[in-house]
Amino acid sequence: MAGTHSAKDNDLAEKAVKDDALTPPTGDDLAVVDDLSVSFVTDAGPIKAVDGVHFTIPRRSVVGVVGESGSGKSVTARSIIKLLPETATTSGAVWLRSRDGKGAVDVLRLSGDDLRRVRGGEAAMVFQEPNSVLNPVYTIGWQIEEGLLAHGMKDRKERRAKAIEILEKVGIPDAATRVDYYPHQFSGGQKQRIVIAMALVLNPGLILADEPTTALDVTVQAEILDLLRLARDEFGASVLIITHNMGVIADIADQVVVMYRGHVVEQGDVEQIFYHPQHDYTRRLLAAVPRIGQKLVVRDREGRPVERKVDWRTQPVAVEAKGLTITYPGRLMQPDFTAVDGIDFTIHRSEVLGLVGESGSGKSTTGRAIAGLQKVSGGSLKVLGVEMNGVKERAFKPKRAEIGFVFQDPGSSFDPLMTIAENVAEPLIVHGKYSSVADAKDYVGDLLEMVQLPRAYMNRFPHELSGGQRQRASLARGLALKPSLLIADEPTSALDVSVQAKVLELFKQLQAEIGFACLFITHDLAVVDMLADRIMVMHQGRIVEHGDADQIMQHPAEPYTRKLLASLPVPDPREQREHRAQLHELLAAEQA
Amino acid sequence: MPESTATSVGVPGDTRLEKLSVSKNRHWFSKLPVVRQLGIAVGWQKGMLIVGLVLTCFFLLVAIFAPVIAPYGYAQMKYDDGTGFPTQAPPSAEHIWGTTVGGYDVFSRTVWGARTAVIAIIVAVVLSIFLGVLLGLVSGYFGGWVDRVLVVIADAIYSFPSLLLAILMAIVISGGQSSMWGGILASGISITVVYIPQYFRTIRAEVVRIKGSAFVESSKVVGASTWRIMTRHLLRNSTRTLPVILTLNSSEAILTLAGLGFLGFGIEPTKAAEWGYDLNRSVADVTAGIWWTAVFPGLAIVLIVLGITLVGESLNDLADPRLRTRKSAGEVIGSIEDTSVDPNAKPDAANQVLAELDAMDGRDAAGDSTTVGDAGKEA
Repeated sequence: MAGTHSAKDNDLAEKAVKDDALTPPTGDDLAVVDDLSVSFVTDAGPIKAVDGVHFTIPRRSVVGVVGESGSGKSVTARSIIKLLPETATTSGAVWLRSRDGKGAVDVLRLSGDDLRRVRGGEAAMVFQEPNSVLNPVYTIGWQIEEGLLAHGMKDRKERRAKAIEILEKVGIPDAATRVDYYPHQFSGGQKQRIVIAMALVLNPGLILADEPTTALDVTVQAEILDLLRLARDEFGASVLIITHNMGVIADIADQVVVMYRGHVVEQGDVEQIFYHPQHDYTRRLLAAVPRIGQKLVVRDREGRPVERKVDWRTQPVAVEAKGLTITYPGRLMQPDFTAVDGIDFTIHRSEVLGLVGESGSGKSTTGRAIAGLQKVSGGSLKVLGVEMNGVKERAFKPKRAEIGFVFQDPGSSFDPLMTIAENVAEPLIVHGKYSSVADAKDYVGDLLEMVQLPRAYMNRFPHELSGGQRQRASLARGLALKPSLLIADEPTSALDVSVQAKVLELFKQLQAEIGFACLFITHDLAVVDMLADRIMVMHQGRIVEHGDADQIMQHPAEPYTRKLLASLPVPDPREQREHRAQLHELLAAEQA
Repeated sequence: MPESTATSVGVPGDTRLEKLSVSKNRHWFSKLPVVRQLGIAVGWQKGMLIVGLVLTCFFLLVAIFAPVIAPYGYAQMKYDDGTGFPTQAPPSAEHIWGTTVGGYDVFSRTVWGARTAVIAIIVAVVLSIFLGVLLGLVSGYFGGWVDRVLVVIADAIYSFPSLLLAILMAIVISGGQSSMWGGILASGISITVVYIPQYFRTIRAEVVRIKGSAFVESSKVVGASTWRIMTRHLLRNSTRTLPVILTLNSSEAILTLAGLGFLGFGIEPTKAAEWGYDLNRSVADVTAGIWWTAVFPGLAIVLIVLGITLVGESLNDLADPRLRTRKSAGEVIGSIEDTSVDPNAKPDAANQVLAELDAMDGRDAAGDSTTVGDAGKEA
């Protein structure tokens, strides 16, 4: 279909619909995305983000859209309510029916008041980051009422009653009081509930949820997914959920759309996608998803598994913490905040210790303290024989050569104005192994090849590499000085699953070959299960459980660990259904 | 897909990346600050930038070629044969913009004035930029009491009117009236005092933002010295906004110099031509209907300030992606960006995705036309 139109020429939308070849589709699907293409004008020229996408959203169902970053998922969802920047041009049509089943409208041809009525009224959006969606200077009640007012509810008392009612429905306790609270008085999960309440209050037929749980911890994620299920079952709405997490899809979706580079490669119901994937890409995507209990075995070229040469249990201790406490000073009159509260652990050489916890549990702080980025406030932390409590930089500097650090965000961990070679060579030059980048060139090339990047990438700038490649280069930098201790702070959480699989494989192989001690910090239990010898679970600055990986994964002793494991969605719809029942049992037992 | 060989490790997707921005080898000339912005500007933003650049270049050329352009010297009051210039003479063949009450040629003084103005800009900027940037780096990176003291001083200086400081400096340096360099230095230093806080604040803000980023922490973990972190990482990454302040401050430097001249603290007419002084001398003329002595130096000040400000403001807008306007394509065009990070994906030209997809699922006859609903019923 060649109906190309920009923002200017969609006056008289209804008339145009009659005249044009674009006619509303028959059938009773809530929404039909019909041959949608979107292109953007950037500084580098026009770019097509979505190309001829076609799928339907049935009534009362959850449609999951999966695909790697940049595959056009978000642009497709935003097109459904025409929430696109000025530089975007669209073609095709997005047909949206109202709840009561009256005629369909092509959203792309609407403007002004008609479009406003559709937004919120017919289709509402839930964004990824609840913190930036809620306005911090208004109460949540005000913000919910704002939507009601915009859609014609004039009576003040009625609006307020409605706001309280919807807050109760999404599970905000004591809603009548808390309707007057400000966003900062709620936790991240509660904020996302409020955002969903804002979407639900107008009773729209369609809720577009763009990565609604990505910024949240697994336990909170499970609650939000329950809430979206409630939106389908009780409110009778359809939900379009965008995610890169196959576990979330298995948990909630009825239908799945798999996107790849601006195209829909496969669409079908959830069982078909998971058990009978038709397309190669879907199969690869599913194969890359980490699962609990799946040990990562790396094989060399002859197909023999790569094993460590020594048993880590017999190796000397690299890091030893006894009653380690780290506090952040409080601001004006506020008490200090204790991030890490008297923890004990050891890391042996050639051991991989997995450190798992939700955000704010103190896991990153622990890692940063070992690397000397964070001052130790109490207890003892011995890193490679140096006591870190009260250490002077001068005394610790020689030991820095033996410590590598891999950061979470591959985007910001390289100096953007230096080439990959300069970045990777920095530790070598700082510690005087080479006098200049030119001298180190051969060795840097070897390092890049070790992490499976071609030598030619040396002269590139960081932004010219993809996220996965950058993270591999980051690993090369961490290993440049052949460290005996590597701290990896969420090294794969910013990566797509297929890339994550590659990086983890590489990591495992290098660890087996070089035999460095490693603290692997992550929030993903499935990832840590693939790599770690021992696992340490942190919660609110304390160690909840600590022991061999198999022991903890199979027979968790502590309720918190059990809850964490049960909250992690399994990328298998049938198994996940049982898994979810277990979680609900666990939560019920907790409350009793 | 480049295969792994004995000497090199092949990475899937390599050849696709080769085609990305990396291979677009631009000429070094197009990477220069202002030229690069000229390339990405469109519409009225481009118009603004071009007008600004034309005005600025015009005054630069006039300043450089002043001896060639001006028919007389800036302090010349006599013809070559020894007879004096007429005073307050209207524009004529000998004096195309007329003469002043003191008997100077207006055209020559205006042309020579451009030279004084440009030198004043350079002195002011050179003096303030180095100190401002250095202080900003130190203050932003170390923080603590050094930072607090410097920020308080910077704030205190903001509360002084810059012209008052300039007058003070002029009196301190040269006792009010001065030579060309004395006058330029007086205005230069007074401007410096006012501008150091601006450079300081901008650089400090950038440094504070950057010092928390992972690549700086990464250097710390490695054990890089403070000096190395400051010069290699922070300095280079924080100078992005400098061209903007630089241009905006240049225009203010001229205004200060002109203000000093107008108030009588500037440069003596025998030492150098200066627009502010000429304006001062022409105040009485205006009421007497002698327009040419005031209009031309005044216009010169307005135009040079306008030109530089236009350049600065456009650079400011262009540096910010949210303010930068872009052309609308008008139709759905463009190639699909190769954003895929799937290591098993096959390399291909950007627009052949569909063909590739079809080839990949050749067996699947249903292809693209299957809707979710239909597929659901089938399964």
